Amino acid sequence: MQQFLDTTLGGLVLGAVYAAFALALCLIWRSTRIVNFAQAAMAMVTTYIALSLINVDVPYWVAFLAAIAAGFMLGALVERLIIRPVEGKADLNAVILTLGLFMVLHGLTALVFGVQHRGFPAPVSTSAIEVGDTSIGITPFGVLTIVIVAVVMAGLVVLFRFTDLGLRMRASAFNGEVSRLLGVRVGRMLTLGWALAAAVGAVAGLLIAGGDLVNPAFMDPFVIYGFIAAVLGGLDSPIGSVIGGLILGLSLSYVTGYVGEHLAPLVALGILMLVLLVRPSGLFAAAAARRV
Amino acid sequence: MFAVEDLSAAYGPVKALNGVSFTADRGQVTAVLGANGAGKTTLLRTVSGLVRSTAGSVTLDGKDITRTATEKLTSYGLSHVPEGRGVIAELTVVENLRLGGLHRATGSEPMPIERIFELFPRLGERREATAHMLSGGERQMLVIGRALMARPTVLLLDEPSLGLAPRVVAQIFDLLRGLVQNEHLTVVLVEQNARSALSIADHGVVLNLGKVVASAPAAELAADEQLRHAYLGF
Ligand SMILES: Nc1ncnc2c1ncn2[C@@H]1O[C@H](COP(=O)(O)OP(=O)(O)OP(=O)(O)O)[C@@H](O)[C@H]1O
Ligand SMILES: [Mg+2]
Repeated sequence: MQQFLDTTLGGLVLGAVYAAFALALCLIWRSTRIVNFAQAAMAMVTTYIALSLINVDVPYWVAFLAAIAAGFMLGALVERLIIRPVEGKADLNAVILTLGLFMVLHGLTALVFGVQHRGFPAPVSTSAIEVGDTSIGITPFGVLTIVIVAVVMAGLVVLFRFTDLGLRMRASAFNGEVSRLLGVRVGRMLTLGWALAAAVGAVAGLLIAGGDLVNPAFMDPFVIYGFIAAVLGGLDSPIGSVIGGLILGLSLSYVTGYVGEHLAPLVALGILMLVLLVRPSGLFAAAAARRV
Repeated sequence: MFAVEDLSAAYGPVKALNGVSFTADRGQVTAVLGANGAGKTTLLRTVSGLVRSTAGSVTLDGKDITRTATEKLTSYGLSHVPEGRGVIAELTVVENLRLGGLHRATGSEPMPIERIFELFPRLGERREATAHMLSGGERQMLVIGRALMARPTVLLLDEPSLGLAPRVVAQIFDLLRGLVQNEHLTVVLVEQNARSALSIADHGVVLNLGKVVASAPAAELAADEQLRHAYLGF
């Protein structure tokens, strides 16, 4: 029972991080129909920005916010400078560019910061919480992780559901031409979508790094896990991405806890294949009937 | 007054619009008619800046709006309802309408959504429905309602009758007629369904192969048997 509780809690924390990362992929997919393979590398870069600030004694939370702001700008820049020029060409062009960007960011970071592992601090304790005299499988930082991801999610829901800006962004993603005819500056909305996604990705990077070691490759597994989580929930659905992230986090945690760590990537792949076979549009994709 | 002067446009080597001129007056419906491929859609898309004009000008109450960015036109009071009922299928009826009101004509009062529901009670009953669940007629009502949310002075409509039952067409055209009278709108109505369009239009412009072949009061066009047979198919 204790072990079940522990693995569940661990899975939820892991799932929250996958969810945030999947959400970032989903935001970009929705607005530009591109799977951004550079997402992990972009989050790695912003994490290094935070680390550099922390190393010169900038307070953790200031560095945290600075990294998010840097992510926002990086996302906007990538859309403007790399994605926009190939807009309207085959979607594959943009995807290959994001792969290229992944490698460039990797290389540059290694060049600037070196490839060795560095410790990344956490703002709160990363040792297990004790209840009575037994420790349970979640740390204060784990709790904080879940809270932060939940706040980010709630913020996005409010933005998209209840604000005019969110309405413009959704409309631009669904039908650019009609949105332009209604006066929406679609180009700006797409840039904003990438910026927002990269900011969310930056949050995921910071949460993954917290209390752990970082090197230029530390986010790489998330290219795959984030993608699986997003596909699991339906790349089109933000809520789906979150649920997909949680399902993946829990599954991997159970597999690691009860079977063995080495099986986790295999199980993740198995889940992906199963979803692609049974429900290629994802578990939670709206019964989309576009352009009917 | 809305005026198009010598407007031309091309898709690569294909000249789809070849020196088209006409005017549309306030409080009137101007029908733009012609067979498939005559250039009607291209005309509206060129006016809206979705297709680049190669020559000519578009003016709205004397103001030159040729080659204005598409996104700016609603603020000048020009709304274009595209061919094929451009509802945003993933948004609800209310969201589509809200979107229409976000960038309205400069200096105009916001349009209460309830006004649209008074015009189209059917939409009011389906306000929370996602647009992809609407029938063809309801979609047409939604895109017209959404355009009205921007408080336009000029409304460009591309084949609102396409694929609709004759009764629904009559209903929508009646409504348009009423709008033009009450709101003093300028309506440019592109139609293949020439008979219905001429029945509510004040003026008619006939296009063929990207050129104006006739421009006259609607009743006159409807009475010209030769022209009807040659270009209008009735
Ligand atoms: N995107 C495009 N690329 C190339 N040629 C086009 C394009 N759109 C239209 N055309 C051509 O331009 C001409 C005018 O087309 P347009 O769509 O304006 O006609 P239309 O009068 O609206 O016809 P319909 O009644 O069928 O809607 C046609 O010869 C058409 O084949
Ligand atoms: Mg047409």
